[in-house]
Amino acid sequence: MSEIIVDLKSVSKVYDETVALDGIDLYIRKNEFVTLLGPSGCGKTTTLRLIGGFEQPSGGTILFEGRDITGIPPYKRRVNTVFQRYALFSHLDVFENIAFGLRIKKLSEKAIKDKVKKMLEQVNLEGFEKRDVNSLSGGQQQRVAIARALVNEPEVLLLDEPLAALDLKLRREMQHELKSMQKQLGITFVFVTHDQEEALSMSDTVVVMQDGRIQQIGTPVDIYNEPTNAFVADFIGESNIVDGIMRKDYLVDFSGSSFDCVDFGFAKDEAVDVVIRPEDLVLIPAEKARLSGTVSSVNFLGVHYEMLVESDDGTSWLVHSTLMEPVGTRVGLGLEPMDIHIMKKVSSR
Amino acid sequence: MVRFLKRSYVYLVFAFLYMPIAVLMVYSFNDSRSRGVWGGFTLRWYVELFQDRTIMSSLYSTLFIGVTSAIIATIIGTLAAIGIHNSRGIQKKLIMNVTYLPVLNPEIVTAISLMILFVFARVRLGYLTLLLAHITFNIPYVILSVLPKLRQLNKHLYEAALDLGCTQPQALWKVIIPEIMPGIITGLLLAFTLSIDDFVISFFTTGSGINTLSITIYSMARRGINPKINALSTIMFTFVLLLLIIVNVRQAREEKKGRNGKHGSKKQIDSFDARFGGA
Amino acid sequence: MKRFSLFPYVIWMTLFIVVPMFLVLYYAFTIPTETGATWSLENFGRFFEPIYLRVLGRSLRLAVISTVICLILGYPAAMVMAGNAFTRKNVILLLFVVPMWMNFLLRTYAWLTILERNGVINVLLANLSLPRLNILYTEAAVVLGMVYNFLPFMVLPIYSVLSKIDKGVVEAAGDLGANAFRVFTKVVFPLSLPGVVSGVTMVFMPALTTFVISRLLGGGQFTLIGNLIEQQFLVVGDWGFGSAISVVMIVFILLSMAIMSFFEGEEKDVALW
Repeated sequence: MSEIIVDLKSVSKVYDETVALDGIDLYIRKNEFVTLLGPSGCGKTTTLRLIGGFEQPSGGTILFEGRDITGIPPYKRRVNTVFQRYALFSHLDVFENIAFGLRIKKLSEKAIKDKVKKMLEQVNLEGFEKRDVNSLSGGQQQRVAIARALVNEPEVLLLDEPLAALDLKLRREMQHELKSMQKQLGITFVFVTHDQEEALSMSDTVVVMQDGRIQQIGTPVDIYNEPTNAFVADFIGESNIVDGIMRKDYLVDFSGSSFDCVDFGFAKDEAVDVVIRPEDLVLIPAEKARLSGTVSSVNFLGVHYEMLVESDDGTSWLVHSTLMEPVGTRVGLGLEPMDIHIMKKVSSR
Repeated sequence: MVRFLKRSYVYLVFAFLYMPIAVLMVYSFNDSRSRGVWGGFTLRWYVELFQDRTIMSSLYSTLFIGVTSAIIATIIGTLAAIGIHNSRGIQKKLIMNVTYLPVLNPEIVTAISLMILFVFARVRLGYLTLLLAHITFNIPYVILSVLPKLRQLNKHLYEAALDLGCTQPQALWKVIIPEIMPGIITGLLLAFTLSIDDFVISFFTTGSGINTLSITIYSMARRGINPKINALSTIMFTFVLLLLIIVNVRQAREEKKGRNGKHGSKKQIDSFDARFGGA
Repeated sequence: MKRFSLFPYVIWMTLFIVVPMFLVLYYAFTIPTETGATWSLENFGRFFEPIYLRVLGRSLRLAVISTVICLILGYPAAMVMAGNAFTRKNVILLLFVVPMWMNFLLRTYAWLTILERNGVINVLLANLSLPRLNILYTEAAVVLGMVYNFLPFMVLPIYSVLSKIDKGVVEAAGDLGANAFRVFTKVVFPLSLPGVVSGVTMVFMPALTTFVISRLLGGGQFTLIGNLIEQQFLVVGDWGFGSAISVVMIVFILLSMAIMSFFEGEEKDVALW
């Protein structure tokens, strides 16, 4: 593993009365693609702005390559930012937007020309030098914003929901481009988004946040397969979350039946959250199933059908399947022990 | 049919608004002192106008005060707008309320309050007091022209400049000021027009033989009709018309550049609003 | 840095807006004595003498008449302009505003030319062998001057509010069974009230305090409050009384602003109202 570049130690941020960050600990390694993921107001943007230096923490310290940078202004940090809605300078053309940071550093005209030209190639905007930034499409503006930040050769690039304003197709393209750019340049990206799919597909590490606290840090696969609590499970993809009771190790009760599972280490009869992904529920004949119910709605979503099954105890189960059963059919729901995820109840806050 | 009636009504209102100005302009070319009679075409009044020492010197004063006060008011007002935009709470409320004061107060009240101040502080009434008064009533209009531009800015622009290596003053000078330039120019033009248009405040804050055009017109009009005033009206109206066309073409071009296209007419109204509050 | 940018303005504002206001208050609430000045309400007491009350009455009456005429003339015009009778609304709006950029004194002076004894109207009437009209130097001329000068102040705020009304609301009212008249009285007019209130205030206040229109078109026979203030400062030299009248004017403004904000409720973002 490579060395740590940014290290947040019990950092908190309070605005007036509201707590935006509640003492988070987070380190980011060199060349890592880290995504801060969470619903709006979870503290992800605040974290980014603290690293960028636009805000000062109310408590805790931020280390950059081991040195305390708390209180250092943004223009002295080797970090650059791609802003929400890009924040391009509309009084300057594309070339001058990208050259802005270099001019501030008083580089020679030749060096500026060379660097900007190289950058324009990198983001596929050759020939756009003299264009007015307002005349560009969203995707092009996005590239200018990225180029403007990257041309300063930062150690860390911060991206604040950079793709939020783009349409779905363009967003997919940019996701790939950003990812390959990061690999090629070998610099650290810290990416903020509320889109879980985006987070899972791009990142090396995903940091799930809620209410100013970090809920889970892990690889996309870990986060998806082993969410630590019901919030993460629900936020990362759709889930069925029901109340259950842990009878003993490897045995859980929910929906009026007992099921084998792979979890252990809970207290006897402990109340837990049971999380089951809709794609893990399989339609089987009712008489063969421990869990059965009636199909109450069917939606065709292209790749698969989305069905709601009302089980006999009154729970609604979301089922994703390529097969379809019409509304009113009695069906059974089959599931494997390893598809049942047991989670400790989080005290509701 | 209904549409025709509706249009006719508006055209009638236009006729009411334009008729007096048209009459003024037509009679500026009338070679007869009496209004009712058309004595033939002449440019005599224009010649006399330019030979009239009083009018010419007041024209000079008006332009001098107009340009100087507009520039100073624009500098102070722009800085103030940036400050106001970044302040919060009670401070912001207090400053905005005081800013609205000269805009909402009857002109005559602003005028006498400034007159009292100058006499009280023993400043001799003249060019200096006239200039100070004009700057004072111009600043709020500059602020009100610049503030909307600041609100439209992407709130991360200033941070983007810092991020790219600007110190705070650099970010202001290299990014914020150029971005709000259209608002600043609108404010400057507005301040200049208000200054040359002003009568009431100038009337109370000037002294010893220093007259603006408005004051000269007032004292001439009090003595009755004077064809030189008609000639002056024609020139001023043409000038204002040209200025307005330039401003509008500029605005239209800016809208074409892409941003705020659909807010164009609203923006126009807003600057008109600002223009009207003080009259 | 951004905070420092307020400093010049705060100093300027204090010196030339706040201090003068306090000076006006000071003069209004004191009377000069041999040794200096003493606190007194005498200046306000004088305001209630019959001659001054008559001036106040006349000012209020002329201002109300002008405001009502402006409203009656202006509302339909604003409505037509905000509607779809014209395709190029911007041009119409601009045409409406252009005369207002003409010097205020010249606009008022223009009516001298028209209303005069040998002016345009009377020459026309004479050509039609009709009797002369002697309007100039009457109250009617003063009202005409006010309406002419202040009409746009009425039309623009109403226009601005009307043009922002969601067309869907009007259609919905029609859809729910209201005829054109009821759509207007039950939906459009109530929605346009903030504009009407702005317009009324913006016409009423300058009409109440003008001294130029009454001096030029009234020939100085009709003293209005504005003329009274002017006289106290430039002719009589009684600053105390002049300031007291000004304070009364400011109170009027504050009251009307309070009424306005009561009607408007929220949203004070649009330039001046």
